[in-house]
Amino acid sequence: MFDDFLLRAALAGVGLSLATGPLGSFVVWRRMAYFGDATAHAAILGVALALAFDLPIGLGTLAVALIMAVTVATLAARGWAVDTTLGVLAHAALALGLVAISFVHGVRTDLQAFLFGDILAVTKGDLAFIWGGAVLVLALLVWRWQGLLAATLNEDLAHASGVNPNRERLILTLALALVVAVALKVVGALLIAAMLIIPAAAARALSRTPEAMAGLAVVIGAVASLAGLAMSLWQDTPAGPSIVVAAAGIFVLAAGFGRMLRR
Amino acid sequence: MPRLCGNDRANGAGTGLMLIEARDVSVALGGAEVLSHVSVRLMAGEIVTILGPNGSGKSTLLRALLGIVPLTSGRVERVAGLRIGYVPQRLAIDASLPITVRRFLSLPHRAGDAEAAAALVRVGLDGLGQRQMAGLSGGQFQRVLLARALLNAPQLLVLDEPTQGLDQPGEAGFYRLIEEVRQETGAAILMVSHDLHVVMAASDRVICLNHHVCCEGTPHVVSNAPEYRALFGLGTQGALALYQHRHDHSHDAGTQNHQHNEHDHV
Repeated sequence: MFDDFLLRAALAGVGLSLATGPLGSFVVWRRMAYFGDATAHAAILGVALALAFDLPIGLGTLAVALIMAVTVATLAARGWAVDTTLGVLAHAALALGLVAISFVHGVRTDLQAFLFGDILAVTKGDLAFIWGGAVLVLALLVWRWQGLLAATLNEDLAHASGVNPNRERLILTLALALVVAVALKVVGALLIAAMLIIPAAAARALSRTPEAMAGLAVVIGAVASLAGLAMSLWQDTPAGPSIVVAAAGIFVLAAGFGRMLRR
Repeated sequence: MPRLCGNDRANGAGTGLMLIEARDVSVALGGAEVLSHVSVRLMAGEIVTILGPNGSGKSTLLRALLGIVPLTSGRVERVAGLRIGYVPQRLAIDASLPITVRRFLSLPHRAGDAEAAAALVRVGLDGLGQRQMAGLSGGQFQRVLLARALLNAPQLLVLDEPTQGLDQPGEAGFYRLIEEVRQETGAAILMVSHDLHVVMAASDRVICLNHHVCCEGTPHVVSNAPEYRALFGLGTQGALALYQHRHDHSHDAGTQNHQHNEHDHV
């Protein structure tokens, strides 16, 4: 049944949403949007290194994203000016990745696939990687949910209740690196942060509890994936950006609807 | 009706059981020494207030006692299995995080429905469980924090400037609530304040802190101590009476409940 490329694409989008819904909610709550960007952009550098050393792309992406995420988290914890630091790292990593990739022969034509994703070319192997990674991230977040949420509300409060906020931050950092590796094929390095933030932001307007927001973000991400694929199919638009456009459309509707509800 | 001052301490006061103690504790943050050889001891049932100017290390001392900041020297000892309820200084919930009062009470440890409802009744927020935290007034918000701190039946309540941002009736109401809670549960109370006017009368002991312990004693003794006057200036003599006066004149909507319910608790 996985022989149909469209079915594989749809499953890839839905699988990714399982992870980006809850993780994206934390990114929004903790104001880590730029953090997500920096980590995602580092993925391009990972691609370059993987190609240069003939390693699996997923492995290279995961390793470099992890290094980047840990670096940023460490600098932030040491009190570096986070906004500036992230700006420098995010763009430096992207530019460095693009330069590095130009040294690898025969990739230039594929570059767009890494920047904007290539969901229609998802193989069965990719699908296994995406679902494996997404379920792992989801399980990690569900397992640590109470502690993560407490640490997000207030670190001192969490600490006084026996939750180590540093450990929780590390778990989110790990999850973010995993999601970046998983999402590269689906939406590409430039739009990974969009898949984290937009569904969660859309869900915010319609939710009363953190759990409802995370769950709804999964649904919105999945619907946006399917709608984006449909748009891509009928209008021949690029699939990755179409998914993000669909998510943005849902966000606008949700924000308007949420406003009506509150009246 | 006023039963805030005087020596009729309810259960536990001065039973001689040491709850928590800082011994010769020093803490450095970002290279600067914030606490220098501070020793503090808290017994079961006591109310102790830490007073000090801004930046004097009050919050850091609480956080050192709670084990949140690492010590550069000295140590903190607690009685085995000490249950602490903590009300932090400021808790800004990001607008992007939807959370009801009921859900908040279950973080990070799940609270049962009956427990949560009882805690809300205790702080005068009966039936507000389904409200959004972001929609609460400042006074209600602080009461929710207190309700959460009460959930594990604490032997020690630690409050870091819990009335910051409240108006005066709200502040007086909040302290009255803390006093009621203490009378009912016998929990010891350790709080930080910069507002001696409201706090001092309810305290068994006041510790003046300015990176080190300047002076320590009963409110009366401390308010007359030269070290205290050097820190806070003069004109605090009337402070002790001020609190009792306010006790009968609360205009805060949230505290009205307590005025009406007060006899039920006695």
